[in-house]
Amino acid sequence: MFDLSQWVLLASDASQAEGTTRVWTISLILVTFMMYLYIGWQSRVKETEGFYVAGKGIPAIANGAATAADWMSAASFISMAGLISFTGSDGLVYLLGWTGGYVLLALLLAPYLRKFGQYTVPDFVGARYYSETARIVAAICAIFVSVTYVAGQMRGVGIVFSRFLQVEVYQGVIVGMVVVAFFAVLGGMKGITWTQVAQYFVLILAFIIPAIAIANHLTGNPVPQLAFAFSEITVQLNEELSTLGFQKYTEPFTGFGNKLNVFCATAALMFGTAGLPHVIVRFYTVKTVRAARWSAFWALLFIALLYTTAPAIAVFARYNLIKSLHNSKVIDAVEEQVDGEPRTLYHLEDPNGTELTWAYSWQQTGLLHFDDKDGDGSINLAMKNRAGETIASEAVHIDKDIMVLATPEVANLPPPLIALVAAGGLAAALSTAAGLLLVISSSMAHDLYIHFFDPKASEAKRLTVGRVCIVLAIVIAGYFGIFPPGFIGEVVAFAFGLAAASFFPAILLGIFNRRVNRAGAVTGMIVGLAFTGMYILGNTAHKIIPGVETPWFGLIEDPNNYTWCFGIGPQGIGAVGMLLNFVVTLAISYITPPPPQEVRDLVESVRVPVGSHEPEAHFDEDDATHD
Amino acid sequence: MAETPENKSKSESNEAGNTPTQSVVRDPIGYWRTNLTVILSLLSIWAIVSYGCSILFIEQLNEITIGKIPLGFWFAQQGSIYVFVVLIFVYALLMDRFDKKYGVEE
Repeated sequence: MFDLSQWVLLASDASQAEGTTRVWTISLILVTFMMYLYIGWQSRVKETEGFYVAGKGIPAIANGAATAADWMSAASFISMAGLISFTGSDGLVYLLGWTGGYVLLALLLAPYLRKFGQYTVPDFVGARYYSETARIVAAICAIFVSVTYVAGQMRGVGIVFSRFLQVEVYQGVIVGMVVVAFFAVLGGMKGITWTQVAQYFVLILAFIIPAIAIANHLTGNPVPQLAFAFSEITVQLNEELSTLGFQKYTEPFTGFGNKLNVFCATAALMFGTAGLPHVIVRFYTVKTVRAARWSAFWALLFIALLYTTAPAIAVFARYNLIKSLHNSKVIDAVEEQVDGEPRTLYHLEDPNGTELTWAYSWQQTGLLHFDDKDGDGSINLAMKNRAGETIASEAVHIDKDIMVLATPEVANLPPPLIALVAAGGLAAALSTAAGLLLVISSSMAHDLYIHFFDPKASEAKRLTVGRVCIVLAIVIAGYFGIFPPGFIGEVVAFAFGLAAASFFPAILLGIFNRRVNRAGAVTGMIVGLAFTGMYILGNTAHKIIPGVETPWFGLIEDPNNYTWCFGIGPQGIGAVGMLLNFVVTLAISYITPPPPQEVRDLVESVRVPVGSHEPEAHFDEDDATHD
Repeated sequence: MAETPENKSKSESNEAGNTPTQSVVRDPIGYWRTNLTVILSLLSIWAIVSYGCSILFIEQLNEITIGKIPLGFWFAQQGSIYVFVVLIFVYALLMDRFDKKYGVEE
């Protein structure tokens, strides 16, 4: 976690050189925010159904765009390409993990949950397992998963503001909170959905236009996906890295542990994606079961546009970075305070004699750190010397977030394109935050408060409770955005692991197996949650719990050296937890009495698309005799 | 998945006659079986491409080159995602057809 001062430092320096960029950035952000507010005002709602599931009237293609914006967060937009850049071939964990889950959603969950109807994921779990305990466990899981996620989003809003507009992070967070509050409180799911549609277009343009410019500049081929595979760029990067003593970029199992760990981590992200409440609930908002299937297609198509561009950007950025930094000349070395410690910062110029102003401003943030160890006046990125012995690189630290944020500057793109990246990062963070806030609010208001304390509440009261809860959720998210707990990065592994180990098996078996009952599902969820939770906690205790120095399970942080559970790290353990859940649920269900008839009828009804306008299908009494 | 769709045939046809909001479902067992077959075939491709080509057998596929890069690497970072999109497209298309064939479309 980086703190406020570094971003502010960077911002103040940048302001001298980037006057025009700043004007462009302010204008673009203002225009897009006005658009979001206008859409929010146009989509205000008066009924609970509109508030929670947009009145079930969203067309498939619009829901696809909204789902894509909902899904692609500040992390997808800002961090993922950089992460892949340094993971190489094993970046597939993120690329496939965060897209493959949509196939599972489209084929196994979305159509049936849409047929079930109602408002939330806990609604389904509670009804299918005829259990208030199951509903509460599901609601609390949904809140926990969404809160961990949303904190990072509000932080992302603050960071983009401070980086591009030279304001404090907390001011950025507050602006973000006000904007989200406006359309979420007025329009609920309907306002959020239509705003997300607009945000999708902003974020995808912001991601793809700079990528096209860089692809064209580096390879002469403007299509990043084609440049990635058919130009020399990836081959050249491999050669550069080999010369410097690194693993080849395309070499598998070098950046994410052994093959089994890569396998499990990919599985945990895929099944976790399919189990995340804020994604599932998007499929409640469309008109029909058919529309749920098609909106899953549109969603993945829209997501794939960014996810197939990201690995190309990863290669371009790594290549650019090496080309401009390796053997760059030190013009001047200055002592400055970074993170409260004195550090030597270098003014550099690249081998062609162009001064690298961005390199200096990023050093001030602490995200980039050099040390001219041999004092020869140039920065050497190599890991090996001429004799082939391993040496320490003079690039002490290159943060992954730089790869997307600085790439437009590194590639010398014009100011409007740099401004576009700011607007895109904001769109990505705000759209994901809004979707998560709705899940938090619906879990608190609909699943917990109304259901347990005030089941007879009037329509008007339900809507008011929903609105109060969303304001509450925004305040919580904003608080974590301004005072981020140091372990946010670790907790995201929790979110996916827990979703995979709890929701996914419960929902899947609930649809595809009529025999699974309350005892099986509740025990399965608890076993999956406990196993996954304990394993992640045991592995990361030293990062999460203050005062703990080493992880409880004696594992080391290096993902290449996990010694427990066949080398599976905390990112992949959700896949094992999910298997455990399946086994336990099935075993217990078959040795305990079958679920009651109305539950079996519910399962039958969700399997057939016809009649999805009815909240529940009604079956004859004599149906009982057939089972 | 343990399934006994046979149990269901009578109840569905009974029910179809009694409930005015539901149209006649001609063959619910056939519909569900077809659905399961489609799901299983598409998910096999999903598993082969993502876990097979991109992870388990990536080294072998990397011996082959597509364009300028190793094939396994291409599957891992591009190809699998394209296949995912096509799989959902095919599923939505096929199910549109089967919804009509079995008379369960809305």
